[in-house]
Amino acid sequence: MARISGIDLPKNKRGEIGLTYIFGIGRSTAQYILGKAGIDFSKKVNEWNDEELSQIRNIITNEFKVEGQLRSEVQMSIKRLLDIACYRGLRHRKGLPVRGQRTRTNSRTRKGKRKTVAGKKKAPKK
Amino acid sequence: MARSIKKGPYVQAKLEGKVESMNEGKAKKTVMKTWSRRSTITPDFVGHTFAVHNGNKFIPVYVTEFMVGHKLGEFAPTRNFKGHSSKKIA
Repeated sequence: MARISGIDLPKNKRGEIGLTYIFGIGRSTAQYILGKAGIDFSKKVNEWNDEELSQIRNIITNEFKVEGQLRSEVQMSIKRLLDIACYRGLRHRKGLPVRGQRTRTNSRTRKGKRKTVAGKKKAPKK
Repeated sequence: MARSIKKGPYVQAKLEGKVESMNEGKAKKTVMKTWSRRSTITPDFVGHTFAVHNGNKFIPVYVTEFMVGHKLGEFAPTRNFKGHSSKKIA
């Protein structure tokens, strides 16, 4: 089983896809890593030998910020916005969309489940 | 879309001049009233206090080093929404 940066990779997937199970690595980064290591994209994860595996590990640790480190960096930048109390920070605080999207409708991802307000009339039927 | 790097950050010329003269000690350090919400905060601004207009009144903004690169207006909210009233007559 291939274990890279604390994550078990799915062994039956192509390398290009398997690597994307690591937080911080998407398709293009995965392709870059495999290209640099000289491994065929469509080679399955469980077909990598130890040498190839260590090569991949090396590239990731030397060039990319992944998993916990990356998560904490994201948290830090959000915390910075909260601390300086700028507009984006205030939006984070309120749990509303940060990048100027509409809030009259939608934006349920940020706002969570609908909170129904009592006494609000339904639109009259025609 | 982001501003072209070639142009450099936008700071209102008047504001920039004032900050410069304060940093050189020519002018007394005071709170600067400004309507220029679109001005970028440059490293020179750190440690000064600006009174940024929000359309109604001036909001005092003390600039720290973390604020560099943001716009003055980001620190003076223009809307004041405290939530809907909780009590509703049945």
